[in-house]
Amino acid sequence: MAVLRVKFTKTRRDKLAQVLWILNWISVATGAILFSLGLFLKVELNKRGELMAGKDIQYVPNMLIAVGLIACAINFLGGKICYDCVDTTKFLRWKLIMLPYIICTFFFTFCVLVGALMCYSMRGELEESLNLGLTEAMRFYKDTDTPGRCFLKRTVDVLQIEFQCCGNNGYKDWFQIQWISNRYLDMSQKEVVDRLRSNVEGKYLIDGVPFSCCNINSPRPCIQQQITNNSAHFNYEHQTEELNLWMKGCRQALLEHYNYIMQSIGLAVLITWLFELSVLTGVRYLQTSLENVLRQGDPNSESDGWLLENSFMETARTNLHIIKTLGKNNQIDTSNNGDPNINIPSTSKAHYGPDNMPPKKTSEAS
Amino acid sequence: MAVGKVTFTKAEREKLAEVLWLLNWISVVTGAILFGLGLFLKIEIQKWQEVMSDQGILYVPHMLISTGLAACCINFLGGKICLDCADTNKFLRWKLVMMPYVVCTFFFTSCVLAGALMCYSIRSQLEESLFLGLRNAMRYYKDTDTPGRCYLKRTLDLLQIQFHCCGNTGYRDWFQVQWISNRYLDMTSSAVVDRLRNNVEGKYLMDGVPFSCCSTFSPRPCIQQQVSNSSAHFNYDQQSQQLNLWRRGCRQTLLDHYTGIMQSIGLTVLLIWLFELLVLTGVRYLQTAMENVLRLGDPESESDGWILENSLAETARSNFNIIKNLGKCYQIDDDPNINVPTAAAEQEVLSQQVQIPVTS
Repeated sequence: MAVLRVKFTKTRRDKLAQVLWILNWISVATGAILFSLGLFLKVELNKRGELMAGKDIQYVPNMLIAVGLIACAINFLGGKICYDCVDTTKFLRWKLIMLPYIICTFFFTFCVLVGALMCYSMRGELEESLNLGLTEAMRFYKDTDTPGRCFLKRTVDVLQIEFQCCGNNGYKDWFQIQWISNRYLDMSQKEVVDRLRSNVEGKYLIDGVPFSCCNINSPRPCIQQQITNNSAHFNYEHQTEELNLWMKGCRQALLEHYNYIMQSIGLAVLITWLFELSVLTGVRYLQTSLENVLRQGDPNSESDGWLLENSFMETARTNLHIIKTLGKNNQIDTSNNGDPNINIPSTSKAHYGPDNMPPKKTSEAS
Repeated sequence: MAVGKVTFTKAEREKLAEVLWLLNWISVVTGAILFGLGLFLKIEIQKWQEVMSDQGILYVPHMLISTGLAACCINFLGGKICLDCADTNKFLRWKLVMMPYVVCTFFFTSCVLAGALMCYSIRSQLEESLFLGLRNAMRYYKDTDTPGRCYLKRTLDLLQIQFHCCGNTGYRDWFQVQWISNRYLDMTSSAVVDRLRNNVEGKYLMDGVPFSCCSTFSPRPCIQQQVSNSSAHFNYDQQSQQLNLWRRGCRQTLLDHYTGIMQSIGLTVLLIWLFELLVLTGVRYLQTAMENVLRLGDPESESDGWILENSLAETARSNFNIIKNLGKCYQIDDDPNINVPTAAAEQEVLSQQVQIPVTS
């Protein structure tokens, strides 16, 4: 019993082939869009690559780029096939290829779905990567004389200005890091030496933040030093002051930015997947109906098209059987006396005629 | 003697009409581009209009916008006219409109040229406007509690951060402006009171700059207070000073920014002007050729096309005469109902009077 059997007249077959030709070309365009979305995501991730450490999340845009290219190729081929399917004679050219093509496309659409789901699942890894990367960047903020780290100060400053954020979780992260290099600390001053001595690791920690944390919406000039000391500034209470510095943490800000991008991309890929699935279904119907036409012999007659010839269970069983026997191709089959050249004494009983009596040993001698 | 006379066969006339139809449609697209460029310039100017003292430079984008819209309409009409000109019968429909259309389009192309030249000439007015606007913005930087000026601090901070500039001409401009509001000055502190008393106008001036002047390229944390005092900071040498704050003035930076935009726009508008002139010349030739065909009577014959029927001097003279006579329309001249005794009639009466005494 076929799955979803539909009858096709000749005109409907022709119409189906034409529509599928157009849809395949639209799919080539969506494949190109998929490719460019992957490229865009790759560029965006590389822009802030200095702030991400550890986990390699490049596999998501790489997957999208590969899937996009394959989609273009597969749908281009599909377009050519469907174009030829209008004519039954030209279909003979593609007859043998069509079933493998459909199976390949089925697995390929599965890859597209995986790509879409990856976009949504990337969030956890990204958060961890950003956490590590930002901690490192803030730690090396002061090392503008060390090659390999000298650009980190500028990167962090530009990040905090652009994304309107401060620190990893908040501005208090800066209180736990020495972000002023020893090169700019006057070691002859008593306050500096005291502060260095009072710290266990000998770090110069202050309750101050870099200038890039300053909020441009503040009505008063930015307070960067002695932030927690209310008496150091006139008319200032740091517990209620929200406009002085950026309150959001940079990890949160970057996560929101990337989440927005990846949700949009994931949605676009899901829609592409549904579209590809519908094109695949159409191609399958076209293939089965054309094969049935050839089987019937009359190119102008009606024919049936289906998704699967037998029910789902039977098809699964036959396919599993085929896969099993594929594996046994190279074994020499001894149970049925397969190879006549080999003399194998059979263990089965000899057949001695209808009554199956072994011949009596004649004792006639001489 | 006609200016630029060219002979057209019937086939050439039809080809010209088709080509002009296509060119007119391309001109509609370039008109839309002109409109888009004007809109873009308007938005760019409005982004930073709080630091410009007079809004007069908005007439440049307004000119471009209106010219673009007019270009679309005129070339759309021109496309319809040229499509009909391939057929002599349909041309009769447009015969009376074509001459005014050509004259209008000629004046319109000169408007396009004026728009292009304006883009280049605006620079000095813009500089003046930016100088005054930035000076006022810096003066009102601290007035975040005054309605109408409360956004100036944010605008100026954003400007200095985005364009990598500080102050009007340089960072020293901030030393002459009180940019910290009295609301945040502790009047009980003697340092503050001394500083206020030192200044003639009672302003709190210091050699410090706002945080937005800090350069992101500096290798050391930003020094905003006591900027000119090298001994106040450890290891504050000449190179540190150079890299610490943004060196350029915001007036120069904004001027360069807008000059760059307007030079590109001006170049594009000049190219559009040349294209429009080309299309206009073609339409003129088509119009004169079609009119000559009608004059000759035979639609299949060759005809001449020209730019001007007589030489430039003669055409100018005849046009002046037309304009002069237009002015005399309302003067009463040769009205037969009014009895105006002429000088000849008077002489007749006099000679009659002279003759009568002889016969008596």
